[in-house]
Amino acid sequence: MAYSDKVLDHYNHPRNVGSFDKADPNVGTGMVGAPECGDVMKLQVKVNPETGVIEDAKFKTFGCGSAIASSSLATEWLRGRTVDEALAIKNTDIVSELSLPPVKIHCSVLAEDAIKAAISDYKSKAAVGAGRESVKA
Amino acid sequence: MKLPIYMDNHATTQVDPRVLKAMYPYLTDVFGNSASRNHSFGWQAEEATEKARKQVADLIGATSKEIVFTSGATESDNLALKGVAQMYAEKGNHIITAATEHKAILDTCKRLEKEGLRVTYLPVQTNGLIDLDQLRSAITDKTILISIMHANNEIGVLQPVAEIGKIAKERGVLFHTDGTQAAGKIPVNVTQDNIDLMSISAHKMYGPKGVGALYVRRRNPRVQLTAQMDGGGHERGMRSGTLNVPGIVGLGEACALAKAEMPEESKRMAYLRDKLKDRLLASLDEVYINGTQEHRLPNNLNISFAYVEGESLLMGINDVAVSSGSACTSATLEPSYVLKALGAGDDLAHSSIRFGLGRFNTEEEVDYVAEKVIDVVKKLRELSPLYEMFKEGVDLSKVQWAAH
Repeated sequence: MAYSDKVLDHYNHPRNVGSFDKADPNVGTGMVGAPECGDVMKLQVKVNPETGVIEDAKFKTFGCGSAIASSSLATEWLRGRTVDEALAIKNTDIVSELSLPPVKIHCSVLAEDAIKAAISDYKSKAAVGAGRESVKA
Repeated sequence: MKLPIYMDNHATTQVDPRVLKAMYPYLTDVFGNSASRNHSFGWQAEEATEKARKQVADLIGATSKEIVFTSGATESDNLALKGVAQMYAEKGNHIITAATEHKAILDTCKRLEKEGLRVTYLPVQTNGLIDLDQLRSAITDKTILISIMHANNEIGVLQPVAEIGKIAKERGVLFHTDGTQAAGKIPVNVTQDNIDLMSISAHKMYGPKGVGALYVRRRNPRVQLTAQMDGGGHERGMRSGTLNVPGIVGLGEACALAKAEMPEESKRMAYLRDKLKDRLLASLDEVYINGTQEHRLPNNLNISFAYVEGESLLMGINDVAVSSGSACTSATLEPSYVLKALGAGDDLAHSSIRFGLGRFNTEEEVDYVAEKVIDVVKKLRELSPLYEMFKEGVDLSKVQWAAH
């Protein structure tokens, strides 16, 4: 199967590879997939609690080239968006940007799931944090 | 050194120039039909196919009359299984095979099951070999055939065919072996090993595609088959159809070359394979060899690079032709059923690469491939959340994964 130039570019030069401290209250972590399915994506967002803007995003992915490209692209798109804007990213956007063939659509679905999981992790942490503050007050 | 490098010799092999040279006259001037009995065109063609028949027989310790030419190993497997099932239907309706067989065997068995036969699929041990006690206890008075491959096409492990042949003979059951990967690579002797039927293919041993053979024992016992194709009654009535003379000449020549060069070639293959293996093991952690190393084809290395997905690895070594057991590289999007049958877990199947060395690989190529694989595995592990977790000491088998 031939890969699109964009998939190859992300595979050869993955953007924003790495990890943040999961315990950081401003970091949301999403880990989706399973090793026995052949792909696991870890996507992390670092959110500015004042503005709700994602200031940084990082990923690590075990999976095929299209899975790596989907998550690499997701980190690019996440940076600079607000948490709510991030949730608007759809897997179909990733499919068209990377020209993924039908057999690779699940890679984009996984990336969307990873975004949602990371945001939801951040939100639940923020809610707990807010709860603590209100108790303090 | 020329790129890309071909190291997928279990899929197919390059035609040896000497084989092509032998075939050439039969693609040009000597074009007769070997069944034409009344002119020199036919006689020359027949002479060529009979010479090839002897060359094939000599490679596997058979006699010429026991060789039936076919279009390849898939047809040979079909003819053996369906031919025996139909011919011996009155004797019994049970076939024993193994979970790691080629699809040409497994899917033929599935069809036979639909037609009312009973099939036992023996599991394999973690080393890839069947358990002979399980084989013994699977045999019933309705068993007519045991079909167990000689060498596996993915992991290269060699089933104990001599022992299986002995058991089959003692119990009066026919024994078919798919010898596609073994013939021409390691010594095979149908007489010593009590093999009754054996499938072979030309293109796995530097011959042309589209031609193969089925060995069918003639004595002690005389094996009979129901033909699967109706027509002119060629090949002693077992396989109708005008003989593929140039292909058969190529198969014969490939067999003769393999026989003559096997002692030296298998040593060279093992040296190159072991060099590749040692380099990879020395430079990378968490690398697993799939299947026994003790009973194995000299040219096969099937290895899993844990925490790295196979297709992404292939993408990184795109000037090296190898294959992977990863789901993403298969048409069915399922990881290798052979590796799953070893019980190693789907994750290692997704991370597996099959290196199939061949006659035309050089040591320089092996060095290049080893370096390249090491680089790409290291790079992909930097990207791998699983490798990171492993390094942090997380037991991945205990993680609750969000399976999709």
